[in-house]
Amino acid sequence: MTRGPVLILGATSGIARWVAVALGQRGHSLWLAGRDREELERLAQDVSLRTGAVATAVPFDAMDMDGHEAFFADLVSRAGIVEGVVLAFGYLGEQERGERDWREARAILDQNFTAAASVLLVAARYLEERGQGWVCALSSVAGDRGRMSNYLYGSAKAGLSTFLQGLRSRLQKSGVHVLTVKPGPVDTGMTFGLPKLPLLAPPERVADDIVRAIDRRKDVLYTPRPWALIMAVFRAVPERIFKKTRL
Amino acid sequence: MTPERVGGLPTKRLEGLGGWGRFPTSDNVAVRPEKFRQLQPVGASSLARGMGRSYGDAALNSEGTLVLTERLDRLLEFDPESGVLRAEAGATLADVLAAMVPRGWFVPVTPGTKFCSLGGCLAADVHGKNHHRDGTFSAHVAAAEVVLANGERVVCSPDDGSELFWATAGGMGLTGIVSEVALRLTPIETATMRVRHTVARDLDETIGLLTDPAHDARYTVAWLDCLASGARLGRGVYMAGEHARPEELPLRIEDPLRLAPKRPKPFPFDLPGWALNPVTIRAFNAVYNWVQGRRREFLCPYEAFFYPLDGIHGWNRMYGKRGFVQYQYVLPTATARQGTKEILELLSRERKASFLAVLKRFGPEGPGFLSFPMEGLTLALDIPFSEGLERFLDGLDEIVVAHGGRVYLAKDSRMSAQTFRAGYPRLGEFLEVKAAVDPEGRFGSDLSRRLGIGR
Repeated sequence: MTRGPVLILGATSGIARWVAVALGQRGHSLWLAGRDREELERLAQDVSLRTGAVATAVPFDAMDMDGHEAFFADLVSRAGIVEGVVLAFGYLGEQERGERDWREARAILDQNFTAAASVLLVAARYLEERGQGWVCALSSVAGDRGRMSNYLYGSAKAGLSTFLQGLRSRLQKSGVHVLTVKPGPVDTGMTFGLPKLPLLAPPERVADDIVRAIDRRKDVLYTPRPWALIMAVFRAVPERIFKKTRL
Repeated sequence: MTPERVGGLPTKRLEGLGGWGRFPTSDNVAVRPEKFRQLQPVGASSLARGMGRSYGDAALNSEGTLVLTERLDRLLEFDPESGVLRAEAGATLADVLAAMVPRGWFVPVTPGTKFCSLGGCLAADVHGKNHHRDGTFSAHVAAAEVVLANGERVVCSPDDGSELFWATAGGMGLTGIVSEVALRLTPIETATMRVRHTVARDLDETIGLLTDPAHDARYTVAWLDCLASGARLGRGVYMAGEHARPEELPLRIEDPLRLAPKRPKPFPFDLPGWALNPVTIRAFNAVYNWVQGRRREFLCPYEAFFYPLDGIHGWNRMYGKRGFVQYQYVLPTATARQGTKEILELLSRERKASFLAVLKRFGPEGPGFLSFPMEGLTLALDIPFSEGLERFLDGLDEIVVAHGGRVYLAKDSRMSAQTFRAGYPRLGEFLEVKAAVDPEGRFGSDLSRRLGIGR
């Protein structure tokens, strides 16, 4: 198996950091993309020291969708080739604020869906043409069913999951694999202090699951494992009952 | 449902939080910065908490906010010329070892667990089995960055003449938040230790082995059977270790710097409180003495030599929900033998059994104002929690103070402010530095309030 360069979009997110370490340990060189220069530099140093892989920080603004094309072209010219793309940016936001303030709602929808779709379409053209490689995108179990407490985030992630299904089908003809990751709640900055989260998973463990799923060319990964079953039950509840829950 | 914020960061309630000994516990509120620049004191009283491996109340701040450093754990820079590794203070010795042992570098000083943060190691100025040769952790710190009460980040080092460094080394987090540490690593050629065990029949023999240059090694320690009494008082096994050289290893090993990976097994449940009692501990000690005493010279992975308990995650659950008390004192050379004899007699008489009674010779005292080690002998005990324990430990305090010794803050949960002052004569110098860098007393802990070090 080739161990080419991997681009990680949203590399400072809690899960992405450990995905980078796990990929570095497998011998991939890494391009760590995000908005926060200082954090990216620290991260790149850390990944290099822990794994011996070459890790480089690159500035990337997911919300600058007009710039995605140029960003990707520039990256390809610097990296030579891109073997895999990990999409890890996202924004949980605040549901209640989003219901009152369209700017918050829009930020949630755009960062989780529109910006993801934009950059993945650019990456897909490159990988399709190259005829190999893979995409791994972090969606969420929240996209499997709309709930009153987070349907803005959930619907954007549902959009992303559906987008990835279509993309997978399109790219499989070219030998490019697409993995949809649906993590349950993970112990990151996104969830710290939130009350009563069931089965809060450590990011290192989720990252290990993700990298193993990339190796095995899995289509959809629920991580940690019990969430596959939990969401199957969740999806099976009839809507006329589900709508009355306070979830 | 969004959590309350302090200093721009979401807070989390940690109810019934304790140290590694699970005694005492208190309700705490914590923030957890994920970005380096977010590492700042928050609210009226803050305290950095790393891995929570101190045993008592050193890493608790029930009247303020805990700043958890666990996510600021990145390794930043390594210079193979000088051997200096710069890392964020939340990085653990385990992180450093995993990255650096395969490159031929070892941590210069390590306590009995590798799951402790670099910031915690500096704040407690920890020691290891090589103290008599290499001193404490701070002796190998080239520089440290500290976030002060006013938010300013200051780099201090042993060379720059500032007293901030020597107040921070051993200062239990009360001068500020240690944010980065530059640590001078030790070169090694293999990941294996060459270990020699020698049986000692009584206290004199044990102390003799620890002090005799003919038996010395870089890493030395003696395990004591503290239920032995009479003529056998202080019997134990003396353990001496060196980093093995490549030519001492069996030929089949391909890379001498790599160990076979092993996953720690979790301790599965809280043992009931009665499970550890003088009878079971006596049985354990007899078996342990027999097994370890029979091994003479052997090779073992560094993890088995330095971290026998890290192989079991959460081994503190062995002591049940009531937890246990760690007690470690040091006595100066002149009184060490007599004082240790008195303490062992008391332990044996009151049948206060301990699994881990570890005797160690310390080298010269370092410059840290509140650093624990002084030249002499140190004994570490862990004792399951039981009725009357507090009174018993007060008795130990009296013996320690009478012999000019002191008790280790990172393991303490109950000594009096009086005992503390008697043991730490440089407290005044520490308080002067603290008053200068933290005039409003923004850094405090349950320990600092108990001992009258800070609000």
